[in-house]
Formats: sequence, structure tokens, C-alpha cells
Amino acid sequence: MEEPFVKTEIRKDENIVYKRTNLLVDRPLSYCPGCGHGVVHRMLMETLQEMDIQDKTIGVSPVGCSVLAYDFMNIDMLGAAHGRAPALATAIKRLWPHKFVFTYQGDGDLAAIGTAETIHACNRGENFTIIFINNGIYGMTGGQMAPTTLPGMRSSTSPYGRDVQTMGHPLKITELIANLPGVYYVTRQAVHTPNHVRKTKKAIRKALEQQKENKGIAFIEVVSNCNSGWKMTPVQSNKWMEENMFPFYPLGDIKVDGKLVEKKETVVKE
Amino acid sequence: MAKIKGDILVNVERCKGCEVCIAACPSSTIAMSKEVNGKGYHFAMKVNNDCTGCMNCAIVCPDGVITVFRGKVE
Repeated sequence: MEEPFVKTEIRKDENIVYKRTNLLVDRPLSYCPGCGHGVVHRMLMETLQEMDIQDKTIGVSPVGCSVLAYDFMNIDMLGAAHGRAPALATAIKRLWPHKFVFTYQGDGDLAAIGTAETIHACNRGENFTIIFINNGIYGMTGGQMAPTTLPGMRSSTSPYGRDVQTMGHPLKITELIANLPGVYYVTRQAVHTPNHVRKTKKAIRKALEQQKENKGIAFIEVVSNCNSGWKMTPVQSNKWMEENMFPFYPLGDIKVDGKLVEKKETVVKE
Repeated sequence: MAKIKGDILVNVERCKGCEVCIAACPSSTIAMSKEVNGKGYHFAMKVNNDCTGCMNCAIVCPDGVITVFRGKVE
């Protein structure tokens, strides 16, 4: 097919300002179109590339949509049993304290089956980074209700909306673990607009830099969409996320340098 | 006077047609094609010459299919 509007005088190698990082393996990602996982993967790999720690990083992949994260990230990775990524990361970091260790988990993995491991690893003050992708649903298994599902939100196991009387309240695990003494840095970000993506990248950079100082866990929650699970188009789901997820999960830093942040950043619509 | 202009190159076979880049583009340079790629997705393509090379589309693209160029033109 003929490509229209090509500017051959600009399209030269020396003019490249942005390109997919080569720390991501050159194969198509297995995620649905519009899924936030791809962006977080890329920002994480770009951060590692900027810090030049590709050979010093060990990642732990979870069970969930991102179970195949080790197929896409060109670094050393291990796959953990469901929810047990913080336990595995604890062992790795204690055996190789000079390595950079991160876990990459979804809400079904971190906030449901792995709650105990997460809370204990955070309370012990292990020195690794947790990246937590929260889409309020079990995306991989078909959109069932998760602990993070909003009140009134429809999922395949709560087709009339989550009723807090019978199904319980959503779990704000990020606020919960922010109160633990072993946690050094807690933040909540999103990846649906360029501004939010840049902020997320800065948060990842900060979290990885802090591993050198041995101060405790850095916890980054990324509120993401799940357009397949929510039964929307990607653009619609991003809008729905802004309108419904952000009032309940407000973005911004929750704990910085071991101190809880008093004033929370309000959601700015773009 | 030299002007700064941008250009994008879309990896057509990797594009999944999620349209997130269209919402992110400030100069409405991107639209979906009428054709489909090998996997049956409509892919992103340039529809005008207003690209400034701001990289917004490339940063939000979940699959990282967009390469951005920026340079001076006389």
C-alpha cells in the first residue's frame, strides 16, 4: 500500500526522537488492543535502559494477564506461583543484595490471593520494588469481580453491579500498606494520557533509584483500563476510568521518603 | 526560516487499532486506515502534514509501534 504524507527529508535515522526500546523483545505483545500493560512494560524497560542496569535487574512475573511478561522483557526474570511474587522477590534480594529486583503484579495476584505475602513483605521492609497494575477486575480469566472492583461496577460475576451488602467493600491495598513502617515510597499513577505516562516513568525511576539506599519497599500502583473485561472500546474505557476509577483511587503520591503525604493530588481532567 | 516538522512511522503489522494515539494527538494527524493489516486490525496512519514530532502518540501506544522523527525543513 502507498503510504501518504511521507516526509522523506525528515524520515532519517539521525532525526529519530522516539523509538520502541530494544529491551523489549521484538515480538508482538499478547495483550488486548489498548491495554495499559504494554505501556507500563515499555516505561519500565526504558527506565532500565536509561539507568543502564539491564544486566543487574531481576524481575518477578505474576499470574494473570502479565504472566508472560518474561517473554517480552529482555532481562532476567522468574515466574512466581499465584500471589507469591513478593516472597520470591524477598529471597532474590536477600541472596543478591546488589541486584535491582522488582515484581510486576495485577490486582488479582497482589490484592486477592497474595494479600498475605504483600503485607508481610511490606511490613518486613524488604528492599525491592512492587509494580501493581489495578484494573478493578480479573482480566485474564474473563472479567470476574476482584477485591478492587468498585461498588456498583458490573463484572461477569456481578452482572447487576457490586452490592457491598452481599459482596463486601473494595480493598484499597495501596492505602493499607502505606501505613506500614517498612514501606518507603508509595504512589498511584495512570498510563492513559502522555502526561500520566511520563509521571509513571518518573515514579518507576525514583523507586529503582531508592533500591540503592536500602530504605524499604517502593510500591507503585498503576490504575489501568481493561477494555475487554469492561466491555468497552479502549478510548471509552479510558474515559470511564477517569470518571469512575479516579474518584475512588485518587492519583498522586501517598508516601514519600517514609512519610505519609497529607494533601493528595486532585484528579485533573485533560 | 527553518521550521521544525515531525513525521511518524507506524509498524503496520504490529498495530492493533486501539485508537488511543488518535485521542492523544494534538494536531489530529492520525486516523485509522480503511484497510486492515495481516491480523485484521485497522491500523493508524498519517492523514495530514501537521505533525510536530511531539511524541504523544508514541508514548501512549500500548504496543510501541510508532517511531517519531523530528527535524528542520527549509
